[in-house]
Amino acid sequence: MPVAGALGIEAVAMTKRFGDFVALDDVSLKVAAGSFHALLGENGAGKSTLVKCIMGYYRPDQGAVIVGDRERSIDNPRAAHALGLGMVYQHFTLVPAMTVAENLVLARAELPAIVDWRRESEALEGFLARMPFRVPLDVKVSALSAGERQKCEILKQLYLERRLLILDEPTSVLTPPEADEMLGLLRGLSDRGEITVLMITHKFREVMAFADEVTILRRGRLAAQGKVADLTPDDMARSMIGAEELTAAPARLDRRGEARLEIRHLAALDDGGQPAVRDLSLSVHAGEIVGVAGVSGNGQRELVEVLAGQREASAGEIRIGGEAYHATRDEMRRHKFSCLPEEPLRNACVGRMSVAENLAFREFDRPPFAFGGVWLRKSRFREEAEGKIRRYRIKTRSPETPVGMLSGGNVQRTVLARELGERVEVMISANPCFGLDFSAVAQIHAEIIAARNRGAAVLLVSGDLDEILEIADRIVVMFNGRLVHETPAGRADLVEIGRHMAGH
Amino acid sequence: MAVAAAAGTALGWWGVPLGVVAGAVRVSTPFLFVSLGECLTERSGRINLGLEGTLVMGAMTGYGVSYLTGSPWLGVLAAGLVGAVFGATHAAFCSLPRVNDIAIGIALMLFGIGLAFYIGKPLIEPQAAMLPSINLGWWSSVPPLRDALRVNVLFLIGVVLAPALVWGLKNTRWGLILRTAGESADAALALGYSVNLIRLGATMAGGFLAGIGGSFLSLYYPGSWNERLSSGQGITAVALVIFARWDPMLCFWASILFGGAGAFGPALQSVGVTEGYYLFNAAPYILTLLIMIITCSPRRTLTGAPAELSITRS
Repeated sequence: MPVAGALGIEAVAMTKRFGDFVALDDVSLKVAAGSFHALLGENGAGKSTLVKCIMGYYRPDQGAVIVGDRERSIDNPRAAHALGLGMVYQHFTLVPAMTVAENLVLARAELPAIVDWRRESEALEGFLARMPFRVPLDVKVSALSAGERQKCEILKQLYLERRLLILDEPTSVLTPPEADEMLGLLRGLSDRGEITVLMITHKFREVMAFADEVTILRRGRLAAQGKVADLTPDDMARSMIGAEELTAAPARLDRRGEARLEIRHLAALDDGGQPAVRDLSLSVHAGEIVGVAGVSGNGQRELVEVLAGQREASAGEIRIGGEAYHATRDEMRRHKFSCLPEEPLRNACVGRMSVAENLAFREFDRPPFAFGGVWLRKSRFREEAEGKIRRYRIKTRSPETPVGMLSGGNVQRTVLARELGERVEVMISANPCFGLDFSAVAQIHAEIIAARNRGAAVLLVSGDLDEILEIADRIVVMFNGRLVHETPAGRADLVEIGRHMAGH
Repeated sequence: MAVAAAAGTALGWWGVPLGVVAGAVRVSTPFLFVSLGECLTERSGRINLGLEGTLVMGAMTGYGVSYLTGSPWLGVLAAGLVGAVFGATHAAFCSLPRVNDIAIGIALMLFGIGLAFYIGKPLIEPQAAMLPSINLGWWSSVPPLRDALRVNVLFLIGVVLAPALVWGLKNTRWGLILRTAGESADAALALGYSVNLIRLGATMAGGFLAGIGGSFLSLYYPGSWNERLSSGQGITAVALVIFARWDPMLCFWASILFGGAGAFGPALQSVGVTEGYYLFNAAPYILTLLIMIITCSPRRTLTGAPAELSITRS
């Protein structure tokens, strides 16, 4: 019988430098056995660096890890696993092309040379019978929903008899009910003293509802630490962002006008040739933000790609201002169409070209940037860029810096400056704030609302329901390529939306 | 003698399908070994385009060792080992950062062909000991049928190897680890495996099989060493893996299909159709082209493709 039960852990005065950059500066963290501990912080605050030092992915420059009651040197993830520490990553580490059973057996430290699948299946069934939740064993992981995959990741850790689980933003791909169910199960396991949980998150709601204690990091340093019961979300937010001033969103003006963007019976295929968008109809009015909610992978990406001209529709039509729209450059210009796609560095920028060039993509061959449609005037590129860099607070060394060298937030600001710099009538935006810090998020939301107030029709596709609830006027839910639910944002019911996101 | 001749001519046009089947068994063997090898390598997440060079090196080495030792089986083994060394070279280069496996593969293909021609110059004249075959047509008095049923041993090994690989990929530790590396390098790393080591093993095994495929060319059919020995079988076999959707059993059937297509021209010639001989000899290449057009589309990714391949990774 292996040693069972929750394990406590303590990180003492951890410091980690990457070159000149101090990612983690003298941070200590104590997680009591059987507790549920939340680690809060913005992107780049050092949360991931801290847990990666604990798990042996990074070697800290200073500091020590105490597991149970002894100091341990953890040189690699295997050593961490041997001590009973396990980690569930933000990105799934299951192999999608393999079955659940194969994934579980594969994860074992000692894998037999020849796998007797009948015996393994029986053993796995026996294990699942003892678990508070289950997943189908003989199904390929690629066929599971995001919620099931995340459960599977946790089951894998329990199957490996890990006694302390570190979870890196485990609910980022789940619907709110799925997230609550999963965190509830983990909470139950820690209450029974079977495991200790250390969860990285940026959602206050989850911290308030499930965690006992919280540690907050800011820019690599310890900002606050304490019992959740003693703190309010406001306290936590202040610790996370410090004294930084956030852009205030402008007041909403009621300017709803005629239907500007109309999508009729649209269908599109995914990269595998399977239907991704099915018979989707939607209209977005001038002066309105329509939020498309849904778990990622339900056709949102393909929908945005069709609108942006990156993918062909297999059926249906798109009309802007009553005219047919085929995402050509002329039409985009005529209809004042702009797009903030997800992964802007990949979908909206050329990484090796300069900030000034990237800022001029929409207009580079027209006056004032060019004369005769052929000759480009580099001086105008620079002047225009300098104005936009100031106005949108893009942190770049110079307009000539390649845009790929900028941080994620500044790449997104660059795209925002290009796409919102001129008058906008139709705007498509997909996960515009993914992975950005508070100040960038506040600025982007404010700009989107300002565009709406100026009469733009905005389609906001986002996997983050909180974002949609915050800035949309009307919410639709996308599931399996279709719109399955619609509600005005003012009367949105979180439970109802979550149910539709999960396809019920 | 007269009876046999009469029977041979009496076969008439039946000689064409018979010739195609016999050819399919004979010509398919190098396809089979190279494609099984490439299948293993690609399932681990790496493409080795250098197998054409490995094939030619294997042919030269096999022939040379068989000539020097008098044992064709030692030749096969040596060909496999040289193939494994080529595989290791490919893997070693590819484990360096920012190195493209396709470019390294093409370099090694050219290197292998050139090296084989250079070292193999003195082997064009002498006659080496050939691989044996098993006569399954002893019961028939029809010579073309008896010819068709003379099956080489390497083909039979290949017949066993294909299902063995299917089984091994599913039911052994090595199979599971290899597939993990090919489907998700992150997952393999998270499990504590070295992706580069796994791919080194898979590329060496792939090279070993491709080398053996090469030794078949020089030690059985056509059964000599010269510079025109391989007509692109190695590179065709790599394409065949895509057609076979990375499944060893489908690799087997695809090899038979390509072998049959390759035997089409000679079979027609044997019944007296000589017109368009070169055109019919192009059958495997036309088939390759058609298959690629039918199975590959810019609008979708290939189903069954290991997710870590440099051509599928997004």
